[in-house]
Amino acid sequence: MNVQPLTFHVPEPHPCFGSAADVSGFQLSDAVRVRRPEIDVEASEIRDLAYELIRVLDADGHAVGPWSEACTVDQLRSGLRAMLKTRAYDARMTVMQRQRKTSFYMQCTGEEAIACGFQSALQAGDMNFPTYRQQGLLIAQDWPLVDLMCQVLSNEKDRMKGRQLPVFYSAREAGFFSISGNLATQYVQAVGWAMASAMRGDSRVAAAWIGEGATAENDFHAALVFASVYRPPVVLNVVNNQWAISTAQSVAGGAQATFAARAHGYGIPALRVDGNDYLAVHAAACWAVERARRNLGSTLIEWVTYRAAPHSTSDDPSKYRPQNDQAVWPLGDPVERLKDHLTGIGEWSEARHVQLKAELDEEIAGAAKEAQGSGTLVEGSKCSPASMFDDVYKSMPPHLREQRQELGF
Amino acid sequence: MPSLTMIEAIRDAMDVMMARDDRVVTFGQDVGRFGGVFRCTDGLQGKYGSSRCFDTPISESGIVGIAVGMGAYGLRPVAEIQFADYMYPAYDQIVSEAARLRYRSAGEFSAPIVVRMPCGGGIFGAQTHSQSPEALFTHVAGLKTVIPSNPHDAKGLLIAAIEDDDPVVFLEPKRIYNGPFDGHHDRPVVPWSKHELSETPQGHYTVPIGEAVVRREGAEVSILAYGTMVHVAEAARREVGIDAEIIDLRSLIPLDVDTIVQSVIKTGRCMIVHEATRTSGFGAELSALIQEKCFYHLEAPVVRVTGWDTPYPHAQEWDYFPGPDRVGRALIRLMES
Repeated sequence: MNVQPLTFHVPEPHPCFGSAADVSGFQLSDAVRVRRPEIDVEASEIRDLAYELIRVLDADGHAVGPWSEACTVDQLRSGLRAMLKTRAYDARMTVMQRQRKTSFYMQCTGEEAIACGFQSALQAGDMNFPTYRQQGLLIAQDWPLVDLMCQVLSNEKDRMKGRQLPVFYSAREAGFFSISGNLATQYVQAVGWAMASAMRGDSRVAAAWIGEGATAENDFHAALVFASVYRPPVVLNVVNNQWAISTAQSVAGGAQATFAARAHGYGIPALRVDGNDYLAVHAAACWAVERARRNLGSTLIEWVTYRAAPHSTSDDPSKYRPQNDQAVWPLGDPVERLKDHLTGIGEWSEARHVQLKAELDEEIAGAAKEAQGSGTLVEGSKCSPASMFDDVYKSMPPHLREQRQELGF
Repeated sequence: MPSLTMIEAIRDAMDVMMARDDRVVTFGQDVGRFGGVFRCTDGLQGKYGSSRCFDTPISESGIVGIAVGMGAYGLRPVAEIQFADYMYPAYDQIVSEAARLRYRSAGEFSAPIVVRMPCGGGIFGAQTHSQSPEALFTHVAGLKTVIPSNPHDAKGLLIAAIEDDDPVVFLEPKRIYNGPFDGHHDRPVVPWSKHELSETPQGHYTVPIGEAVVRREGAEVSILAYGTMVHVAEAARREVGIDAEIIDLRSLIPLDVDTIVQSVIKTGRCMIVHEATRTSGFGAELSALIQEKCFYHLEAPVVRVTGWDTPYPHAQEWDYFPGPDRVGRALIRLMES
């Protein structure tokens, strides 16, 4: 027998993100064709939806197909405002980092529709377990920008007392769980929180968040097996923005099967959704949240999007991906797509758009001024070093009191 | 007062707390229908229902991960890791999540969870069923780590741990589940019913976390021990006829420094006994602490008698285990130095 030598496979980025920025390999589903199943459908009956791409907005900005009727015009305008505000906030904070007022920042540019659209499907009391790129969950609720900025600046009004890296917010009142920074750990915690809600006969649901790269972590799979076994009210979100710092989604296993299809082995229903289509995001989120609330168990949603910005202010994407990648990304820009849709149905205009952006810029500039009035990482006041010893335990044990004294407090 | 084994005392603590507080739930591998491989949760599912005592998939990370989520929701979960040797997949959830949640959210969220795990050797469990990983927890800011040596303390400490607002790692020396083992493995097993500390009050009581206890007063040397080694130390002291003071630490973090320091200042000599490997073990911390606080009262160097820096072997278990002969010989040397 003539046996060929073995060869070792190392995945390359999707052809759509190669040096030539060739998008021909990306499959776009026809919005009219992708069905919207009944809310109580069995996972086994919708396996196809893990390979399709649920969309509402067609190439001309029309809302079409079975997922199209979920939003009112007011909801859409407020979604557009939330996305614009998120983008403007990110821009402003990036500038502040460049001005060395803080150490680090992470934008969600290009992904705004996912967090903003998802939040619109939740109710007060529900709990998100976010990653570091879901600031839209807070901004869509009009959570005070000054509060977020003080966290990023680690100043004296930072409710986290300067302990956390910038953007690692916590806002219990807004249903926003403290961000860990260790990847995937919170995915399984969201499942546990949802189990607790079900055990107590509550009506609140949880939302777990993860990036496609971190689905390789064991906690992702632990979360899915617990969600499968106990059927708790949790939506399992996977934001596939194509990149884990410099590593393409194919290295997380995205070339063999979609991330949505990971759910099939666990018998969990899965949807794969155009994450740059605000209407599709809202519709899919409502479907999954309703399933959870009606005690029908968990749903995994892969949100297909594109990380238009660098991973963080410490990252330089020009080293690993072509400059024009985002411009040729076939799902476009979420803000432009919703703007075009609203304009097309006569509910928005260029003039209103320009005016709204100006208003938001002004609001953000005002908030930035106020936040900096409470100090920045490098100047002005911040929390006392004595506070470093608080909250390690509920009450301070003697050895920490001794160490605090050693520091001089 | 009824005489209970460690297993019965641990079960009784959960029973008392599940009856008092409907936020208390317990789960883990084989914990529900079967009642645990060591029977610590036997009968709890029948009494409180399968939503409060249930089996989980074999995923330690998942078990502690859901406990953190439940704790953040407002429950009081008691998670069982079947053997401490299996806790490593959960280490990230314990160290990076449970231990730091209160701190990183400045008190907005917390993880008031208990992670129970049987530890220690002496049961021919070899390297995967014998480990004592306490130092891997005591090194972590935000965790409390406790380890009882008898049924009375086991019940009181477990109730205190469930009521504690911080995450508590509750280590259960499995060799003393059914009797107070003194290290003489070739002698008949002694049941807990023959030991006064098996007498366990009914209903609710606590042994405060952070308080050591002097098990035996003595004048010549202080022996610091916890778990199984409290019994080994007592046997060794008796057999070599040295008037040692034996301190059962019970709680490693927070540590009862005052009780330790008072004793060492009084005796001028100190021996630390633990079953875990020596290098960077909890004994190293104790030794440093005594050097800092008691140096000018010491008449001899602090001595550690511990497991060797090897994995826990199977056939050579009793050569690894720091039994009463080794402790006794070290005591004699310490008194001569």
